Amino acid sequence: MLRRLFPHPLLSLLLFATWILLVNQFKIGSLAMALILAIAIPKLTAPYWPNRPPLKNIPAFAAYVLVVMWDIVKANIEVARIVLFMRNENIRSGWIAVPIDLKTPEAITVLAGTITMTPGTVTSDMSSCGRVLLIHALHAPDPDAIIHDIKTRYEDRLKRIFE
Amino acid sequence: MDLIVEYILAALLVIGGVFAIVGSFGLLKLPTTMQRLHAPTKATTIGVGSALIASMAYFWFYEDTVSWHELMITLFLFLTAPITANFIAKAQLHLAVKAEDLPPTGVGTQWATFDPEVEAVGPTLIHDREPD
Repeated sequence: MLRRLFPHPLLSLLLFATWILLVNQFKIGSLAMALILAIAIPKLTAPYWPNRPPLKNIPAFAAYVLVVMWDIVKANIEVARIVLFMRNENIRSGWIAVPIDLKTPEAITVLAGTITMTPGTVTSDMSSCGRVLLIHALHAPDPDAIIHDIKTRYEDRLKRIFE
Repeated sequence: MDLIVEYILAALLVIGGVFAIVGSFGLLKLPTTMQRLHAPTKATTIGVGSALIASMAYFWFYEDTVSWHELMITLFLFLTAPITANFIAKAQLHLAVKAEDLPPTGVGTQWATFDPEVEAVGPTLIHDREPD
């Protein structure tokens, strides 16, 4: 019963919180609307998304969010430094193929998004088998260091969270 | 106390403005499309971010209300920025990059954009196909 009402409990929770934050007030009407959305949207979209995302370790996910926030601040300063103080001909941009061990689509999506938001890299494509990501690096004198960073800093954490 | 808060708010707004300018300057200065993609996806997140923190802090100290809209803006920004960047990068791969320019995947298959086997990403559902 509970499972039929909430096919995606985490999504319901997220929708509920999002609506409350959007209306910015705790009135009975907005709580009712939040509840309606939290039940209706997961139910309507469930046919397209039959499996639950395997979010196994929520404290680890919170820690991951903090790590990524910190990295985004560093990324901003790093990119600003490259834009402002490096001559264009010294910027060594290039494509890098990053092999990944993650299997679940949710984990790969989060990893790809993280790579785009953090130091000087943008996820551009994926191999058709889904085991390699193509990223573009703004300034990569040492591509192996970037691959190593991605694998140890983000992928290992995501593996513990999702798989 | 008020003075300190005002200084902090002013500092946040100035920092945000500086990063927004750097992001826009990067768009002008960098030579290739893929390089230009880096400036707005990153240098501006901190620009928007610190303006939002300043806004939250302002309402907290001066209006005595907590405003949650800024958190929502951050959330939506973080959801949409990587997707936009990925779309622009994909378009750029289709328009201006040849498969030979990219590094090999190292696992035997092609990059999805250039793989002739991968076509049915459009409206066709993949499991509509009859099994052989």
